[in-house]
Amino acid sequence: MNIVDRRLNPKSKSLGNRQRFVRRAKADIREAVKDALKKRKVTEVEGSEKISIRSKSVREPSFNHGRDGGVRDYVLPGNQDYKAGDQIPKPQGGGGGGRGGKASADGSGEDDFVFTLSKDEFLDLFFEDLKLPNLVKNRLKDLKNPLPQRAGFTSDGPPAKLARIRTLRRSLARRIALKRPKTEEVTALEEEIARHESEVPRNEALIAELKARLEKLQRMRKTIAYVDPIDLQYNRTERVPRPTTQAVMFCMMDASASMTENLKDLAKRFFMLLHVFLSRHYKEVHVVFIRHTSTAAEVDEDTFFRGVETGGTVISTALEEMDRIVKERYSPADWNIYAAQASDGDNIPDDMGHCIDLVENALLPASQYFAYIEVSEHSGPGETIVWHGYSEIARRHKHFAMRQVTNPGEIFPVFHDLFSSPAGA
Amino acid sequence: MVALANKPLFDGPEWNFDLIGRTYEAIEEIGVGEMGLNLYKNQIEVITAEQMLDAYSSIGMPQMYRHWSFGKRFARDEMMYRKGARSLAFEIVINSDPCINYIMEENSMTMQCLVMAHAAMGHNHFFKNNYLFKQWTQADAILEYLAFAKRFVAECEERFGLGPVEAVLDAAHALMNQGVSRTAGARRRFDPKREREREQARRDYEIEIYNELWRTLPNAPPKEEEERTEESRAEQRALLLPEENLLYFLEKNAPKLEGWKRELIRIVRVLAQYFYPQRQTKVMNEGCATFCHYEIMQRLYEKGQVTEGSMLEFAHMHAAVVYQPGFNERHYSGINPYALGYAMMRDIKRICLEPSDEDMHWFPDIAGNQDPLGTLREAWANYRDESFVLQFLSPKVMRDFRLFHIKNDAESPTMRVEAIHDEQGYRNVRRMLARQYDVSTQDPDIQVTDADLAGSRRLVLTHFVRDGILLDKEECDRTLMHVARLWGYRVRLVEQDAGTGRKIREHETLPLP
Repeated sequence: MNIVDRRLNPKSKSLGNRQRFVRRAKADIREAVKDALKKRKVTEVEGSEKISIRSKSVREPSFNHGRDGGVRDYVLPGNQDYKAGDQIPKPQGGGGGGRGGKASADGSGEDDFVFTLSKDEFLDLFFEDLKLPNLVKNRLKDLKNPLPQRAGFTSDGPPAKLARIRTLRRSLARRIALKRPKTEEVTALEEEIARHESEVPRNEALIAELKARLEKLQRMRKTIAYVDPIDLQYNRTERVPRPTTQAVMFCMMDASASMTENLKDLAKRFFMLLHVFLSRHYKEVHVVFIRHTSTAAEVDEDTFFRGVETGGTVISTALEEMDRIVKERYSPADWNIYAAQASDGDNIPDDMGHCIDLVENALLPASQYFAYIEVSEHSGPGETIVWHGYSEIARRHKHFAMRQVTNPGEIFPVFHDLFSSPAGA
Repeated sequence: MVALANKPLFDGPEWNFDLIGRTYEAIEEIGVGEMGLNLYKNQIEVITAEQMLDAYSSIGMPQMYRHWSFGKRFARDEMMYRKGARSLAFEIVINSDPCINYIMEENSMTMQCLVMAHAAMGHNHFFKNNYLFKQWTQADAILEYLAFAKRFVAECEERFGLGPVEAVLDAAHALMNQGVSRTAGARRRFDPKREREREQARRDYEIEIYNELWRTLPNAPPKEEEERTEESRAEQRALLLPEENLLYFLEKNAPKLEGWKRELIRIVRVLAQYFYPQRQTKVMNEGCATFCHYEIMQRLYEKGQVTEGSMLEFAHMHAAVVYQPGFNERHYSGINPYALGYAMMRDIKRICLEPSDEDMHWFPDIAGNQDPLGTLREAWANYRDESFVLQFLSPKVMRDFRLFHIKNDAESPTMRVEAIHDEQGYRNVRRMLARQYDVSTQDPDIQVTDADLAGSRRLVLTHFVRDGILLDKEECDRTLMHVARLWGYRVRLVEQDAGTGRKIREHETLPLP
């Protein structure tokens, strides 16, 4: 007998199977994920999700007996008062086999398959195929992940990084410059001496001279090293920071009195989704939250999503605030600038001209993409003041987009529409 | 008795490896020494709950090829487990040599003891000695074969992509129940080592001779029905039709499958065949294990090796395992194989030792032979559920379970109680229960009856309908799609009455392009 402790063996052996399963059921899961979004509270966008899929793709069919028809025999335990020959009324609703156990235990019941997606799996599916459009400007800032890169040669370093060719090239140059005798020269001289020594009348004087020359050569070879420490060259590497694409997203939300709780909730859902999407996919994205009534202010995330404040509506205040922050902190030359604005389409009539002017002349030229979301209680593109005013801009500029949202179910499609890979570009 | 002076092996719920080792030795002493069990060498592996879930999803095998259906199973099991709707098994035991027993770290020492007596003794003995396992499975080769299967599937995924591999495995899985050969024949003996080599050679040959040109030949116009019959009869003979093993037939004869696809089908078929004995011996296998753990625990207690506290814990577990709710109770979900198997084996012991007059009449050859373990070992070795019930289900067990037989005819407005646990009914109840355990009558009887290799290449399957029970139409159509995918051409399934040969229904499908 053998006892083995397997507890430390790697867990999740079936991870590969799970991935295959999720891949298989992807289309169905995505449907379910969208449904799930409708039911979620604003604060719960991030988190694991219990998914119920009604899936054809994960069915495993086999040849089974049907559940009705035919003559079937059952042997059951626990008889109480039946006698042979008794007639029992069939159970209601079932085809008759229901009670027998066997027949009903197999078969379907797979139609609704419930399981839990992890947070990562959920979000991956959620944001699949989405990205920020026109993300182009790169600049060396916010440096992350420096990578080693070759950076010339150095005279010092670990033996493993010795640059042999370069070292020998330098050695050769030095040897030539200092006239270090070559091996062939020495051998030739030695042979000459040997030849003269073997001649019968030995020319002693010549031999002595040759020997002196040989000695000199050998001395030179000794003093001038083949490879000298000054020849040594090593490969040098530098940790070079990788340029990352940097972007900033401005989230502007109308918090005025005309926005009902419902509308605020819709807008917040949209921004929540945007926020999760950005923080998940782009590590270097800055998010600026601007909330406005008749005045606008940059607020932190928490206040933006949870704060309560009401007042009148002057949309241009938010746009001015954005313009100010752009000028102050995010130079358009270095940053990819995005803006998402949500409102119920209500504004002071004489503010509209200013808004259009701001968007068209100050913000759009600086931005990569500007999305306007109009939340409203009624469907159909309402002829609100803002919608009307912005339609003009949308006609003239490709990177300005506007959509209307009337219920939570539309948020994901609209979001998807605005940020799906090829569309926004 | 001197044995009474023994010190208990353990006291309290904590366990450690040394304790498990000593307890195992005490158990083996009783199992092998006193009960005469014949075992594979045991390998006990301690795992965590999470690993147990992992093992579940791969049908309990230590390694398995990757497929989404296992992921689906895992997702479902995990859900049930987390909700608390289902607890995990205390052990999993694998029919392999050495016999691998997984035990969970959460178990108390008493549980570990029970589990070892149950799996390492009972199941192990059954695997090694039952004729079905001996005939159809090779315990020493299965782990190696699984490793091969896993590697092969992974290689195929790499070479041909996840999708195509998945498609073949899906189709083969759908036919798993029709992928076993029920009648023993030397030619089908499962011997992975030898067959794998042969398979490899055949695969290489097929790859060599495969010629894309053949696919471009136009189909011959369909021949007249009469003209064909003579020819097709010859063809049928050549294909050894009818063939009940659909996977075998498709693997060998599907006209346009690539070699690796045949190999994948073969892997699924080998597994189906490997698990087939387990499907046929649920009652016996669990009964044997339950009987063994009960006997061993009793003996340990008699010898003073386990404490009364442990015995109480054990009694509680044991009672839960062999609980059989009545048919009209809420928890009822069929006859509990543990309960029935255990009750029958206890009863055989009783018949051997203290037979009543009734037993003398019903079981003249074993009643009072005073050799219960010999009788049981004989039964464990030579029966499967169907024949075991037919041979050994005694009137007493039928009375204890209050078994009764009802007939449900779809034509009739009511169901009829055919027999109950009384003098007139015993034989009928016993016969019907045995039939209920006959896997080959529970699975639909579907055979390949015709394959036109020359003309339209249509494949014909026949479902021999018994008692007017037809296939589930929706499932059948889906499964036929899988058959068509493997066969590559039109497939027709005819449902005809097994007795009269009357055609009842037909399904037909074409492979998707």
